[in-house]
Amino acid sequence: MNRFGNLQELETMQRTLFTHSSLIQIMNADIRQNLRSKWFWTYSILFGGFVAVMFSTGITESQIIGFVGLSRLMVTFMQVSMVILPIYVLITTVRSVVGDRESNVMEYMLSLPVSFSGYFWGKFSAKFLVTYIPVFIALLGAAVYGNFTKLDVPWDLFALYSALLASMIFCFLGISMFISAVSHSQDLAISTAFILWLLLVAFLDLILMGLLLKLRLDAGTVIGLGMINPLQVFRTAVLVLFDPELTVMGAASYFILDTVSRGWFIIFAIAYPIILGALFGWFGNYFFKTRDII
Amino acid sequence: MTQQLNKTFVKIEKLSKSFKQQLVIDALSVDLMSDQRIALIGQNGAGKTTLIRCILGQYNFEGKLDVFGLNPRKDRREILQQIGFVPQTPPPIKLTVNELIHFFERITKTDAAAFKNISSKLGLEIDQNLHKPFYKLSGGMKQKLLISFALGRQVKILLLDEPSANLDPQAREILFALLKNYSKDTLMILSSHRMDEIKDLVNRVIEMDLGKIVLDKSLTNT
Repeated sequence: MNRFGNLQELETMQRTLFTHSSLIQIMNADIRQNLRSKWFWTYSILFGGFVAVMFSTGITESQIIGFVGLSRLMVTFMQVSMVILPIYVLITTVRSVVGDRESNVMEYMLSLPVSFSGYFWGKFSAKFLVTYIPVFIALLGAAVYGNFTKLDVPWDLFALYSALLASMIFCFLGISMFISAVSHSQDLAISTAFILWLLLVAFLDLILMGLLLKLRLDAGTVIGLGMINPLQVFRTAVLVLFDPELTVMGAASYFILDTVSRGWFIIFAIAYPIILGALFGWFGNYFFKTRDII
Repeated sequence: MTQQLNKTFVKIEKLSKSFKQQLVIDALSVDLMSDQRIALIGQNGAGKTTLIRCILGQYNFEGKLDVFGLNPRKDRREILQQIGFVPQTPPPIKLTVNELIHFFERITKTDAAAFKNISSKLGLEIDQNLHKPFYKLSGGMKQKLLISFALGRQVKILLLDEPSANLDPQAREILFALLKNYSKDTLMILSSHRMDEIKDLVNRVIEMDLGKIVLDKSLTNT
């Protein structure tokens, strides 16, 4: 009985190791394929180029509502990231699963001894790395260049923004992989991702304020709606260390920070999108492995 | 003199599969044994590819389907480690030939030399195409490489879905010679529209129509 138990344990361990192994092989293969795609290089040049343009146009020497030097550059970088990154992550990754299904790549890859979860999370991990690393390098490049040109580097801000970027990318990647796993066609997946993004953007301030005024919702409900929107959370967290007058934050951020302390909000702003992304990823994987894969 | 014991590699009992209420496989029952070379024939839509995908664990289904006594959905790793598959249409994989070979080496734990040996016999010199992305190879080259990946491994089941569709006559002949000399203990399932081409290779013919087996006949010419 004991020997049988040990055998089962060994088998479970082997199975776990194998899942990890197929995850790593799929991740490795997916990264290589992404490095060969045009979108990856366009995306990398876009963010790297944006930082270079900001330096060359002297943005570090300008001052707006207290932001100066590299802080000013980083805040601008994050504001641009908030606009571009979610839709970029959604559109470029939402075809991952459904695209492989339509092109018969999945039929072939999953005829190999690759676990369903290894395949799904391998692709997830690869997409995370290829979307996060270029923006992180752009941000790091700005800090290193700033240090080299004798600017004060706000390392605390750098750390916060690196974490916020990772958290937001993880969140939208989870949503994107979920949409990809449950969609029947690439067109449907892209349309769904686009509509979701529009909805999240609209709920930043516009619809929230409309609900507050027209439907006379109480502030708590409006804050709640704001807090579940990962874009709103990101937007508020980007400016949370600054702007004590809350003049550039928008109405929803004002309400949120009036209710929650800044320290707690930063923790929430990093943890919540990761949890949301992991949850969507988990459901995506569940649908993927329990349904027909082709 | 050794005595071979025929084993049931695939056991199917009342297997049914529907897509949006359209029945594609209809209560199909059949046993597929270790030493059999089966021609799976039938018109388009007969259910051949669906049956192959059920064996590969890619579809949910009703009824019972065991491969080596295991469940193809739950025990994928153990089963697929022993199955070589050639699809009807080569997938547009963006990896280079070299990257794909290394991927296969690691996933299937097979030495690259085994793949290169088969591809060379089929007339594809891998070393001259190492840095080309797989999807940019010609249809015939892709097919030869996929056949090399399936035959290069020592597997217990070979599932070949129209394997000669993109091959030139010479490569086709070599493929059939390779299949003929492949381990006798391997269950081989060849899905094809050209029965005349594979009749010398197989010892059992299963014809499907509308998701049912309409002909199951043993041949004695091999």
